[in-house]
Amino acid sequence: MLELIVLLIFMIAAGIVAVEIRDLLASVIALGAVGFAVAIGFIMLAAPDLAIVQIVIEVLSVVFFVAVILKTTHVDSTLGRPYKGEDVFTFVVFGLFALAFVYFGVRLLINLAPMSRELGQVASHYLTQGLTETGAVNRVTSVVLDYRALDTLGEATVLFTAVIGVLAVLRLEGRKK
Amino acid sequence: MKGMTPIVKVVARIVGGFIFIYGCYIVLYGHLSPGGGFAGGAIIAACFILSRLAFGTTASQEKSASISSSIFESTGGLLFLLIALLGLFVGGYFFINLFPSFGTPGRLVSAGSIPFSNIAIGIKVAAAILSIFVVLASTKYIFKE
Repeated sequence: MLELIVLLIFMIAAGIVAVEIRDLLASVIALGAVGFAVAIGFIMLAAPDLAIVQIVIEVLSVVFFVAVILKTTHVDSTLGRPYKGEDVFTFVVFGLFALAFVYFGVRLLINLAPMSRELGQVASHYLTQGLTETGAVNRVTSVVLDYRALDTLGEATVLFTAVIGVLAVLRLEGRKK
Repeated sequence: MKGMTPIVKVVARIVGGFIFIYGCYIVLYGHLSPGGGFAGGAIIAACFILSRLAFGTTASQEKSASISSSIFESTGGLLFLLIALLGLFVGGYFFINLFPSFGTPGRLVSAGSIPFSNIAIGIKVAAAILSIFVVLASTKYIFKE
């Protein structure tokens, strides 16, 4: 558990570096450090399925960001400008949201059962009956593609919608009209 | 785009095929080992993106890649939906697993329609990530005109 806390502190530090540093390339590298720390955390919590996806997506997004930065500019010109009136509004709203988030998070941690110590009814059904009902040895796949396949269809629809949005915004034809 | 240095090209030529085969393995063995359609599809897309970044592309190649990846993405999504509708019309429920006890658990041929769903999602995710990359990469031809 101590390694996980150290990892979380490292992620917070890397996130602060990613926001505050002036060189955008270093900022992207700090962002990649956060993503790989998330992948290591998934491995520590015994979720290799998520860790594989996280590593691949993190590599791809860092490559995208680095390609964009090499084509455009290194320097973040928005840092260090003086605060204006609308910034105060942003601070107040974000502070209220953070307070509410911490309050409900603490209440949830007190009331919920501790993670992965006792199984609920549904989870124990998946673990005991999953192999005979679906035939899949990997129980994560048996949940994702058999018991909860409708959720996976929704996830695929989200990806499809994202691609349609990118294609509609950045299409080659129809620009000149 | 001219592509990168000869070092990158040689390494990409050696490594690219292995990455593709590893992605196919992750997709096909998704019901046995960690992984599945999403992870394997992302790895296959990474293989294509590696070769496109290393060797460079022309405007006509970008256009044909954008069209073909859109076709593959729609095909993957429709295959996944077809598996779901097959469950509805044959088994009586949307997304029912049609023959879960076919084959021995732990072997490649098992788990009914789960491997087919994995293959459909793998095609879809690989084509989706590749088409986003191709569209983002082909914007430089717009700015050049």
